[in-house]
Amino acid sequence: MGSPTETAPPGTGLPSDGDSTRTAPPPDGPATLEVVPVRHYARWVAVAAVLVLVAQFTHGLATNPVWEWGVFGDYILSDTIVQAVWVTLQLTAYATVLGFVLGTVLAFMRLSRNPVLQTVSWTYIWVFRSIPMIVQLVFWFNLSALYERLGVGIPFGPVFWSVDSNSLIGTIGAAVIGLTLHQAAYAAEIVRGGVLAVDEGQLEASAALGLPRLRQIRRIVLPQAMRAILPTAGNEIIGLLKGTSVVYVMAIGELFYQTQVIYGRNGRVIPLLLVATAWYVLLTSVLSIAQYYVERHYAKGADRSTPPTPLQRARRLLTGVRSAAARRRDPVVPRSSPHPESQGDSR
Amino acid sequence: MSKVMVDVHGVRKSFGPVEVLRGVDLQVRAGEVTVVLGPSGSGKSTLLRTINHLEKVNSGWVSIDGELIGYRRSGDKLYELRERDVLKQRTHIGFVFQNFNLFPHLTVLENLVEAPVSALRRSRKEAEETAHRLLDRVGLADRAGAYPRQLSGGQQQRVAIARALALEPKVLLFDEPTSALDPELVGEVLDVIRDLGRTGTTMIVVTHEIGFAREVADTVVFMDDGLVVEQGPPSEVLDRPQHERTRTFLSKVL
Repeated sequence: MGSPTETAPPGTGLPSDGDSTRTAPPPDGPATLEVVPVRHYARWVAVAAVLVLVAQFTHGLATNPVWEWGVFGDYILSDTIVQAVWVTLQLTAYATVLGFVLGTVLAFMRLSRNPVLQTVSWTYIWVFRSIPMIVQLVFWFNLSALYERLGVGIPFGPVFWSVDSNSLIGTIGAAVIGLTLHQAAYAAEIVRGGVLAVDEGQLEASAALGLPRLRQIRRIVLPQAMRAILPTAGNEIIGLLKGTSVVYVMAIGELFYQTQVIYGRNGRVIPLLLVATAWYVLLTSVLSIAQYYVERHYAKGADRSTPPTPLQRARRLLTGVRSAAARRRDPVVPRSSPHPESQGDSR
Repeated sequence: MSKVMVDVHGVRKSFGPVEVLRGVDLQVRAGEVTVVLGPSGSGKSTLLRTINHLEKVNSGWVSIDGELIGYRRSGDKLYELRERDVLKQRTHIGFVFQNFNLFPHLTVLENLVEAPVSALRRSRKEAEETAHRLLDRVGLADRAGAYPRQLSGGQQQRVAIARALALEPKVLLFDEPTSALDPELVGEVLDVIRDLGRTGTTMIVVTHEIGFAREVADTVVFMDDGLVVEQGPPSEVLDRPQHERTRTFLSKVL
């Protein structure tokens, strides 16, 4: 860089340099003065220390023989494990969809003006948030002890049709029901929070325009509520994905159960726990990425312009570096006055 | 004389122990512009909101073009209508809010198309044609694809007016349409309302813009403390007010 300001000693701007640096530029000085950012020396030391710790940890991960990376490699893509991952995914998907559908119904019951609907919803949420998931799952597992047969009929009256409860609800079914009922209680509160976050004026405007009630909810309220619902819902779904590991108490072949079965047989506990960990991390990462893009979809219209995706950001950074390099090569070119706020939407 | 389009009869409304409307009578003829003035807390906005049944009345009734709003009369009893029927009645009553209340997640065009399609069952194509025509009329033909937050306050309010017009209402109600705007944006919104007045749209405008009232109103209504204090042509109410309370109010705002 050949500009004259570059020749100033490093540290210009520090008080020790004297008062001359604080005075306004002389009228015959250069048209633009370069800005030198503050140097964060303490931060650099902290960064170095953290990097050393990270390097040590990584080194340990790679070289400690206890991890048995060979065994890890043998099992990570084995049929049994892949199959177990599939079961985990199914449990998560069913419980998420059914849980949020039931949760949305409960949320609107709670928001309804009818005291009966309100109370029933409140009671449901109270009960199912109170029971630990594992306790509830074991309850469902023993459903046949509680109700030997399930049927359709008139309460306190005749039964028209009935079936053996174990044949109707298999183990997987019991697990899905348990996870769903648990999830619905939390989903209800998340959806209710989202709906409450929507401005009252939106409902008034929909009512003033005569939009049908269901349309008001589906088209106007829920899409806006999604902005508040999604971050917490993302948390819940990721929690549920890992929560499915509790289902091992019902001897269902999901990821954690199968991992335990295998290390119970061969005794290679650590590498197999690593296998489970790797899969949970991978699945959570995929969910996190999906969450980012879903949130972005529902952010439409919330800001003046949608924030760039990481890919777009990387591309912009590249072009930015290139144009900065071009500027450095040719520093005298006066740049037209930049107006960052006018980019995107013209007024 | 043209027929009575809006008829407000003995309307009373309380919020808890506070009686906000204490027996209001008001008649608006078809094609007329009525401007409602009055100090804040006088019940202007509440009156407007009872006309399209956003607020239920405690007694009295409102009718539009001869049809009772929110109730069905049988003998000397009023039966409350089901929400679905009230919603249908509201499609005849355009309402423009102080804070615009545009749907921020929908584009300008979608904001205008929503109600005609889902409430009046118009075809999307027909609704979009109407929407483009209305956007042209409020001077925003080129912003159909924008989201509301990308527009200035004045532009948003003009979109809101176009959205209300998309239902081809029998009457348009404006609840302080310029109170949330920066001073330099007030003019563009008032221009649109003035044009509507010239084309014979029946309107009730609650506002603090006295100059606008003088220029556009056929009738000025002055409200205070939940009652209509006086009403008449602007030349009378604004220039030769009969009541002390009207005089006090006008001396404060003029």
